[in-house]
Amino acid sequence: MLSFLVRRLFGGSLVIFVTVTLVFFSVFVLANPVDVLMSNTTDPAEREAAIARLGLDRPVFEQYFHFLWNAAHGDFGNSFVYGKPAVEVIAERLPATLELGLLAIAASVIIGVPLGFVAGMKPQSPFSKAIMTGSIFGFSVPYFWAGLMLISVFAVQLNWLPSGGRGPTTSFVGLNWSLTSLEGLSYLVMPALTLALYKISLIVRVTETSARTVNRQDYVRTAHARGVPPARVAVVHVFKNAILPVITVLGIEFGTIIAYSVSVETVFSYPGMGKLLIDSVINSDRPVIIAYVCMTSFIFVTANFLVDLIYAVLDPRVRQSISGT
Amino acid sequence: MSHDAQNAMSLQTARSRRTQAAAKLVRAFVTSPAAVFGGVLLLGFLVLAALAPQLSPQNPYDLEALDLMDNMLPPGSELGTGVTALLGTDDQGRDLLSAILHGLRISIVVGVISVLISCIIGATVGIGCAYLGGWADTIAMRIVDLQLAFPTILIALMLLSVFGRGVDNVIIALVTVQWAYYARMMRGVALVELQKEYVDAAIAFGASRKRIVFRHLLPNCLPSLIVIATIHIANAISLEATMSFLGVGVPITEPSLGLLISNGFGYLLSGKYWIAMFPGIALLLLVFSINLVGDRLRDITDPHSGFEGQ
Amino acid sequence: MAKTTHRRLAALALSATLAGLPVSGLAEDLKLGLMAPATTLDPHFTNAGQNLALSAHFFDTLVTTDADGKFIPGLAESWKIIDDTTWEFRLREAQFSDGTPLTAEDVKWSINRPATIKSSTASLTIYTKAIAKMEIVDDRTLRVITEKPYPLLLPDLSNIAILSKKAADGLLTEDFRTGKGVVGTGPYELVSYDPENRVVMKANDDFWGGKPDWDNVELRFLPNDSARLSALLSGNVDAIENVPSTALASLRSNAAFSVEEKTSYRFVFLFLDSGRETTPGAMANDGSALDSNPLADVRVRQAINLAINRDAIAARLMEGLAHPTTNIVLKSMDGYVDALQPTYDPERAKELLAEAGYPEGFRLNFHATNNRLMNDAKVSQAVAQMLTRVGIRTTLDSVPFSVITTRYSQGEISSAMMSWPVPTSEASFPFRALIACADKERGWGLVNWGHYCNPELDAMMAEALTVMEPAKRADALEAAVAVIGAEMPIVPLYFQVSTWAARDGINIAARADERTSARIFSTSE
Repeated sequence: MLSFLVRRLFGGSLVIFVTVTLVFFSVFVLANPVDVLMSNTTDPAEREAAIARLGLDRPVFEQYFHFLWNAAHGDFGNSFVYGKPAVEVIAERLPATLELGLLAIAASVIIGVPLGFVAGMKPQSPFSKAIMTGSIFGFSVPYFWAGLMLISVFAVQLNWLPSGGRGPTTSFVGLNWSLTSLEGLSYLVMPALTLALYKISLIVRVTETSARTVNRQDYVRTAHARGVPPARVAVVHVFKNAILPVITVLGIEFGTIIAYSVSVETVFSYPGMGKLLIDSVINSDRPVIIAYVCMTSFIFVTANFLVDLIYAVLDPRVRQSISGT
Repeated sequence: MSHDAQNAMSLQTARSRRTQAAAKLVRAFVTSPAAVFGGVLLLGFLVLAALAPQLSPQNPYDLEALDLMDNMLPPGSELGTGVTALLGTDDQGRDLLSAILHGLRISIVVGVISVLISCIIGATVGIGCAYLGGWADTIAMRIVDLQLAFPTILIALMLLSVFGRGVDNVIIALVTVQWAYYARMMRGVALVELQKEYVDAAIAFGASRKRIVFRHLLPNCLPSLIVIATIHIANAISLEATMSFLGVGVPITEPSLGLLISNGFGYLLSGKYWIAMFPGIALLLLVFSINLVGDRLRDITDPHSGFEGQ
Repeated sequence: MAKTTHRRLAALALSATLAGLPVSGLAEDLKLGLMAPATTLDPHFTNAGQNLALSAHFFDTLVTTDADGKFIPGLAESWKIIDDTTWEFRLREAQFSDGTPLTAEDVKWSINRPATIKSSTASLTIYTKAIAKMEIVDDRTLRVITEKPYPLLLPDLSNIAILSKKAADGLLTEDFRTGKGVVGTGPYELVSYDPENRVVMKANDDFWGGKPDWDNVELRFLPNDSARLSALLSGNVDAIENVPSTALASLRSNAAFSVEEKTSYRFVFLFLDSGRETTPGAMANDGSALDSNPLADVRVRQAINLAINRDAIAARLMEGLAHPTTNIVLKSMDGYVDALQPTYDPERAKELLAEAGYPEGFRLNFHATNNRLMNDAKVSQAVAQMLTRVGIRTTLDSVPFSVITTRYSQGEISSAMMSWPVPTSEASFPFRALIACADKERGWGLVNWGHYCNPELDAMMAEALTVMEPAKRADALEAAVAVIGAEMPIVPLYFQVSTWAARDGINIAARADERTSARIFSTSE
């Protein structure tokens, strides 16, 4: 087990290092930030001065080692756009996307798992068929289309919910959160629902497939034959085993929230990480892009590690194979 | 002669066995009305997409055929060229029916090809990892982690700055972000399969590696792959739409369904519903039909459902 | 006492005149939906319109602009030109929100501050570099001495916010994020700042211009057009800037809202690569290379000018939010040539192409932004359509601005659609940036993407810029613009029209400079 942990720790760090290095060199493909941000300036001397100030005139490798040295000390440089540390720019946006993602994931688990499980246990019932057809429809709707429909119905027509942006925030552990007030929550409902629509359908389908497969296993049949009450079979034998693939999918989905929340954040003008990435790429805000990818790779590595751990705890066979190596 | 005849006979038997299997599949497929509906719809879309240049009253990609003076006409209006725009025109004076037919073509090509390539790469890597284990597995999975951590939009934008906007670049970007997902998923499924008794049994009977992978592992992993791939064709088409929406997708003068929707996006609140609505409906129905078919296919290829074509 | 009251009344009247509105009685709260989020509270960090618009709530500038872009007193109640290089500013009696009075020392320190900010990519020093030194005559009098005669000092100073030296001395840009240093003489005081989300502020009751129109102001940043519009429609905000053109018609006919528009100082134009021997984006119809650059021929450039139906673009794509032009300034500005009127004549365009040796036309690669200008993706498609119709078969690449700059630095741009503002209200500003021969020493032609170079025209402009007498300078500028009209180094398309919308009961003072602040809204009761 210890060797497993050490190996994963080493592997994880390596992934982050390689990713960051890749991104560092890739951002040079993007436009020179000074040209993008200096569009209204007519002074070439000032342009060169800005390039020198930002260290962009130095050789790429020198910039790279300079960056590594600073990054090792936790300094990713100042954002070209916001004039403050890149890490701080990201930290400001992180809670917004976390709130959005957590709400969406929570909705998809709370709604998706029970529906999918029911559909998987009784695949022939009309209710199950309705759930499955509904789930197909659920992921047939593109995010931005769903978002726009929600806005035009609930914000414009019915006037029930705010149409976009983020609610008032309160500060907690140095970050701004909007989940703390009812008003703040009201801003989150539609974007979270939009984001959840697809995830609910996905979770319904994965749970259903998994429950149906497990339900046919011999040990389940045996349990039924032995006269174990059906409810107990469903919970103890089926559910526990059926949930494994769901956890894998959730782990991956959590990691992809940031990547996939881009369009939702754009439609709702929601100031989260996805929008920050778009803006930073468009403005060639290199320090922010690099710090951003560094952080997302860290989240991915951690999420995957946790998924493997949960697997190990829940599935004795995988646990054996881990401790055996 | 007898040798040849024998060969021919066995060939024929194999062929008829395969025909029988196919017939069984089709029979299984048509027992679900929803799947038949989806299948007919999808077939219709495929025909429309294939014949788009022949069916369209106007070539929506030819700038010379467009006239700004014909823009935003409601459905049923007559254009300057005498063509009747059954579904109206968009902001550039494009006949929406023609644009949707051509858009269907692009969306289908982008969705299907990108998922197909991602599936092949992902399944190979995933099953390979699960089967080989050890260092190969560790390294491949770390590459997958790395890939998943790299944001789609960044990849798309870098491709765009180097090669320009284009359908091929959209496909490359989609494959780049999707293959890793399949690899991870397939590895998980294959790991579970590998623990099952039938694999142990096959090994005990002395089956070759190749046979275990192709005969046992792959068919058993296939249902999961089809479920995920179905879901991801929808996802790929949405992603393409998102990329177009963010300005890094297909060329703006050759719109896909996603781009048509985002072009009409702003007009939805101002009463010119048709510009976004019709492409939106087409996209929804297309994805819905693909999913209905995929769902049924999953049911009947599932080795445990009794429909297996053996 | 009587004197103070009198001065207050005068100030109040002045502020009312500035806004062009009657003095309002009751004040209340305003929620404003803006398009572009300000990136920092530090008004000297970067030369971006949205930042300067935000800082206008808290800070004043020595000189400011009225709704039409004319320069009027701000913190300086008057100024006079002592000699060709010396300007004397008389400061208003005003106090900062922390109660300390404004002094000439604060002004001098503020004007010197942009040069001390190292991390900026778009420094405001372009507005201060003409200044050689400043002399404090007394607490309320400051002399600004320029290197050489410089008629554009007022436009430049209208961008430099005056901070309290006491409150902001020694602060870095990143220190401003908590609101530290945001101590100004402006009508509002900062309450809270949530980056990219909202800014909350309250009235500064000691504002020199009288009690502000609003007790509390909340700015909300809503970059997405639909989100911003629906925030207004659903009553989440009281007013918005940049009404999406697609929604204009329905909003105008809705009695619950009022819409105001004004031609802005930003114009949209085409860059044509006329300066290079060959240009990579122009090809023969079969795709083979051409021996020469067709865009170098003035007849081809004129053909492009005639091929574009600006009125159709304005009416069909912009819902009237475009003011077609072939000038580089508006009619109210210096250098406007009345004879230059947009004409649409595709037949003549084809003739001109034939005369230039391209009877069958040629192929052209055309670049345009898709995230920067109002409807840029739509307009660029229409332009491509119109050029194709006269025989110039155009391939449009509609990409983010950052991609265009990269392509430009690789020399790949043959034609592009861009925009440029005219904040100085005269023709030399766009000329020096876009048309003048590239000259690093002089700082001219930095964004001359067409590589056009006409030394005689440059000389005419340079000459015009030394004339301190306004009427004569205007004549000299007009002569130069007339040459531009004949030569077509760039093809102007239209001036953008800015829009604002508010719920009924709020008055809007529409502006030419694209800067939206709570200052332009007032209650109509």
